[in-house]
Amino acid sequence: MAYSDKVIDHYNNPRNVGQLDKSSAEVGTGLVGAPECGDVMRLQIRVNPETQVIEEAKFKTFGCGSAIASSSLATEWIKGRTVDDALAIKNTDIVKELSLPPVKIHCSVLAEDAIRAAIGDWKKKNGVAEAATAATTAAH
Amino acid sequence: MSTVTSNIEVPAGVKLPIYMDNHATSPLDPRVLEAMMPYFTEKFGNAASRNHSFGWEAEQAVELAREQIAKLIGATAKEIIFTSGATESNNLAIKGIAEMYRERGNHIITQVTEHKAVLDTCKRLEKHGYRVTYLPVKADGLIDLEDLKRAIDDKTILVSIMAANNEIGVLQPIREIGKLCHEKGVIFHTDAVQAVGKVPVNVIADNIDVLSLSGHKIYGPKGVGALYVRRRNPRVQIAAQIDGGGHERGMRSGTLNVPGIVGLGKACEIAREEMDSEAAYLRGLRDRLKAKLESELDYVQVNGSWEHRLPGNLNMSFVYVEGESLLMGINDVAVSSGSACTSATLEPSYVLKALGLGDDVAHSSIRFGLGRFNTQAEVDYVAAKVIDIVKHLRQLSPLYEMVQEGIDLTKIQWAAH
Repeated sequence: MAYSDKVIDHYNNPRNVGQLDKSSAEVGTGLVGAPECGDVMRLQIRVNPETQVIEEAKFKTFGCGSAIASSSLATEWIKGRTVDDALAIKNTDIVKELSLPPVKIHCSVLAEDAIRAAIGDWKKKNGVAEAATAATTAAH
Repeated sequence: MSTVTSNIEVPAGVKLPIYMDNHATSPLDPRVLEAMMPYFTEKFGNAASRNHSFGWEAEQAVELAREQIAKLIGATAKEIIFTSGATESNNLAIKGIAEMYRERGNHIITQVTEHKAVLDTCKRLEKHGYRVTYLPVKADGLIDLEDLKRAIDDKTILVSIMAANNEIGVLQPIREIGKLCHEKGVIFHTDAVQAVGKVPVNVIADNIDVLSLSGHKIYGPKGVGALYVRRRNPRVQIAAQIDGGGHERGMRSGTLNVPGIVGLGKACEIAREEMDSEAAYLRGLRDRLKAKLESELDYVQVNGSWEHRLPGNLNMSFVYVEGESLLMGINDVAVSSGSACTSATLEPSYVLKALGLGDDVAHSSIRFGLGRFNTQAEVDYVAAKVIDIVKHLRQLSPLYEMVQEGIDLTKIQWAAH
């Protein structure tokens, strides 16, 4: 399989690898995928309680190069956005940016799921109503 | 920011990319090419032309190749049928026997880790009224002879069990299988594509009735293979699957691929002469690779029996690292992975799953296929590179981190997707 230059770049230089303190109220954690399926993403955000801006994002991914690139890109994109802005990121945006082939679309879906799961976790911790997002998070 | 690109030094004399996927195919030995060359140009005759020297010359070359192949497996030249490769050989053997012995019975026994050329052939026969038993394998990849014994019934006409597996390299107990088949009066076919020329295979000692082999796995050309069909004790008959000019004693029509056949013959001759020393050499390289990987990495495991294995095969899982991402990191080394992401079906290797390995371990597997032209310097480079990339990818792996923290991954409710 030929990878796009952007996938190779994220694979070679993954952005924002690491972990945040799961127990902190400011941190939301999303763990999506399954080892049996060959990909697991953990995406974490630290949200400023005043501004609701995502100030820090970290990820770790078990998966193919496209999965690593999708989650790396996701952390890059959500940093500096408010949580609501971050929820506007669609998997198709990731597909386009990384030029993912059809067989790798699920990697982008997983990255979108990871963003939603992390934000959902943060909202739950902080008692933020998430009427708008609850349905989509649960659906997958 | 961590970086995954490794900066492992390339040792002197090592040319990139390194080919270490010799179960998929092997490079043509220059000695084989040399033998083949005249048969493309000046010696272009049709081996079936009986009335001029061009034909005689070609026929003579084909008969020499038949001898060379027969000698490697302990057969006689008359028992060798040329085909286009092992897929055709397997099809011809299984379908041809099924058709020929239909009145005696309709039951065929094979096993779950066979190559698709055997499994899909059997599946097709099931649609035509045949009954097929797919024996399971044990955790080491070998079949249980007791299972085979129990599976044979009065309708069984054929047992088809491979000699060596193409993914995990494990060697089935073909001698015992053949003995059992002969005791029960059942024909024994073996797909010996990976075994012939690598480990001793003798159709007499190993009780083999029909055997498939291929040129390009033994440093010969692609597009040529052979089928051994026993002529006595018992005489095996095979119904032709390709009709035409009645070549190959009517079992396989079609003008012979003379240059390919010459190459296959030469490849067999070289294999016979060099098998012992080559096996020792490959075993040394393979063991060195394994030792290096195991000394530097935790959570690695060899898949399949270590004892009953091809000398050049190492199939290893680097748990908590996904296979395709590992291949991407070692992109100057040609190996294979059992990961779903590398397969056309998006399913992890059915061979590894048959051993009872979890999908997650199958996703993490790499098959190293060492061959005649690999060197120790290459092995050292590959080992260093794999170690480096696995370590980097584990820094990226949430699973590795969780395991380090003592979390039991099996207790987590993973969201399936």
